Amino acid sequence: MAVAIAAARVWRPNRGLSQAALLLLWRPGARGLARSHPHRQQQQFSSLDDKPQFPGASAEFIDKLEFIQPNVISGIPIYRVMDRQGQIINPSEDPHLPKEKVLKLYKSMTLLNTMDRILYESQRQGRISFYMTNYGEEGTHVGSAAALDNTDLVFGQYREAGVLMYRDYPLELFMAQCYGNISDLGKGRQMPVHYGCKERHFVTISSPLATQIPQAVGAAYAAKRANANRVVICYFGEGAASEGDAHAGFNFAATLECPIIFFCRNNGYAISTPTSEQYRGDGIAARGPGYGIMSIRVDGNDVFAVYNATREARRRAVAENQPFLIEAMTYRIGHHSTSDDSSAYRSVDEVNYWDKQDHPISRLRHYLLSQGWWDEEQEKAWRKQSRKKVRAPRPGGRRQGPAWEAGCLPTAPCPHR
Amino acid sequence: MAAVSGLVRRPLREVSGLLKRRFHWTAPTALQVTVRDAINQGMDEELERDEKVFLLGEEVAQYDGAYKVSRGLWKKYGDKRIIDTPISEMGFAGIAVGAAMAGLRPICEFMTFNFSMQAIDQVINSAAKTYYMSGGLQPVPIVFRGPNGASAGVAAQHSQCFAAWYGHCPGLKVVSPWNSEDAKGLIKSAIRDNNPVVVLENELMYGVPFEFPPEAQSKDFLIPIGKAKIERQGTHITVVSHSRPVGHCLEAAAVLSKEGVECEVINMRTIRPMDMETIEASVMKTNHLVTVEGGWPQFGVGAEICARIMEGPAFNFLDAPAVRVTGADVPMPYAKILEDNSIPQVKDIIFAIKKTLNI
Repeated sequence: MAVAIAAARVWRPNRGLSQAALLLLWRPGARGLARSHPHRQQQQFSSLDDKPQFPGASAEFIDKLEFIQPNVISGIPIYRVMDRQGQIINPSEDPHLPKEKVLKLYKSMTLLNTMDRILYESQRQGRISFYMTNYGEEGTHVGSAAALDNTDLVFGQYREAGVLMYRDYPLELFMAQCYGNISDLGKGRQMPVHYGCKERHFVTISSPLATQIPQAVGAAYAAKRANANRVVICYFGEGAASEGDAHAGFNFAATLECPIIFFCRNNGYAISTPTSEQYRGDGIAARGPGYGIMSIRVDGNDVFAVYNATREARRRAVAENQPFLIEAMTYRIGHHSTSDDSSAYRSVDEVNYWDKQDHPISRLRHYLLSQGWWDEEQEKAWRKQSRKKVRAPRPGGRRQGPAWEAGCLPTAPCPHR
Repeated sequence: MAAVSGLVRRPLREVSGLLKRRFHWTAPTALQVTVRDAINQGMDEELERDEKVFLLGEEVAQYDGAYKVSRGLWKKYGDKRIIDTPISEMGFAGIAVGAAMAGLRPICEFMTFNFSMQAIDQVINSAAKTYYMSGGLQPVPIVFRGPNGASAGVAAQHSQCFAAWYGHCPGLKVVSPWNSEDAKGLIKSAIRDNNPVVVLENELMYGVPFEFPPEAQSKDFLIPIGKAKIERQGTHITVVSHSRPVGHCLEAAAVLSKEGVECEVINMRTIRPMDMETIEASVMKTNHLVTVEGGWPQFGVGAEICARIMEGPAFNFLDAPAVRVTGADVPMPYAKILEDNSIPQVKDIIFAIKKTLNI
């Protein structure tokens, strides 16, 4: 409930229509359970009554000409549980996750980070043709994955490998997909990082942006019809949210009342396009209420905040059959892909700040250290172990993979989305 | 490649008339220009010539273009002429069409033509059909450009060839340059054309340098849309192709020449309107035809050429059925060995030629 109230309190147009806006947002129990939607209730028409009768909006009249000012100077606030040093700020928001679960969160993030480094190097060495890293966004992946059931369906964009990592997708299969070798379940059909796994309910990654959004809504609708007690989570970046498919997806999720979580990773850049050129409104979270969707903005580098928001959204999406929008603010520390060199459009200082001062892995490590669940020895040992795990030779592995000579690589940078 | 720009060097004879009179001068070393630089030059010259021309697309401005084709243009022309858009092909294609209808001359870049599918309604229903639907009142002078067809290791959703799809639609002109000369001449003609023109470039060709003839260095160098070029004269068989496969056809022709088979290689340059006259004249001379394309076979460019040959005078001159060499009829796979076997290679072209000639 705290979540819904926070959203309602902030997203209120400055004057005038606040009552009606609150009305739309304070729908919690009513919408899914009761069949009566305000727009479907029979209105008693009376010409004597000076209230608006328009079918298109439930609002009061106003006789003063005013435009609603988009609120971008002080936008929707960012929910967080830990500060940058990994200390819980408000103890009542601490999810009190057991040690094993927090360690799993940490190990998933670090293993992903290690795999990213090794596969990025593999591309530079010509062993694979292409790769996309997840640096800086690991928190958004594992925080949300941990809050879902294992059978919840995942539609990703291309920077959500941590979700699969959390669901224990074998390292061999990650590597096999990137190498396109004999062990690849996709039989070498797909570009690297286009993972898919039926058993882990992770829909195969598709390159064109935002096409997964309406598809996810359709899947959620099917889950609702089947009474499956299942939620669909749909990941996308703030750039993909500009696509027409995103608009269609949001609108349909709301009108068809689907149990779906829209999870937007707002990482500041779409290849080289910064958010200031991608949109002029208050990010993606502010769009949700425009569609009638419960929305929240969270600190994506705070694993517990992501976990709490996703957990609550999941519970209510399934119970009330309505969509939720979570905008996780984060930062893309790495380049867009191996075809990109981000020093062309952003400063090294900016990247270093996020890498050193506000990284999901460091923040969780500080938490672990303060709980006494982790120490330097274990850190060292784990680092060694994870590198070994990623590098382990395996049948049908690198050695049986195709050889990518440098001459076969595209002659120009080819940023793939 | 980046350092040596074709824009910097100038042929010796332009240096000084005095030099020309006094000294015996040797011809300048041939100017080598990559396809990327040729397109860049073409756009640069047209942007300079007509201030209604502007470029929009993803990453075209400060990033110099996803494939660096628009390198330096934003620095030179600024935000008003080189515009970065948010990620919505449907959105910016629609905006470009609207701008064209209102009197500007946009160049709309798709990062690859695969993503143009997200905007195809704007390209076909708005750009292509409007001039006809308005009874000739509303032209749409727009250029859609970007890389088309197979690249290397980018799999199905980045490798489709759209020549047949766009070539199918009345109202559009569709061009497919092969070398630098083609690229520059065709992009300039496309920009100056008052019709919507689809320019199908090729990512693998961007970095390939070609000799740039002197006439191509002129700011008014145009290649007429709708005219093919005979790249190599021959007598035994006509080989028709467009875009990157033209290079493969020339390689095949060189191999076969050693065996005494002389192939006439035609570079279509334009898909729509197709230059059937050149193809027919050639077939009437050689009596044999092989078409080569990177796209899928069904309803493809080769299929159209064969159908038209049958409908025209050249049919009676054929000594054997025409053969099409095309990409494999599958979504492009990723693994290198699969990919290599999904696109026409030189050996496939040689095989088809020999089959047609029954040797």
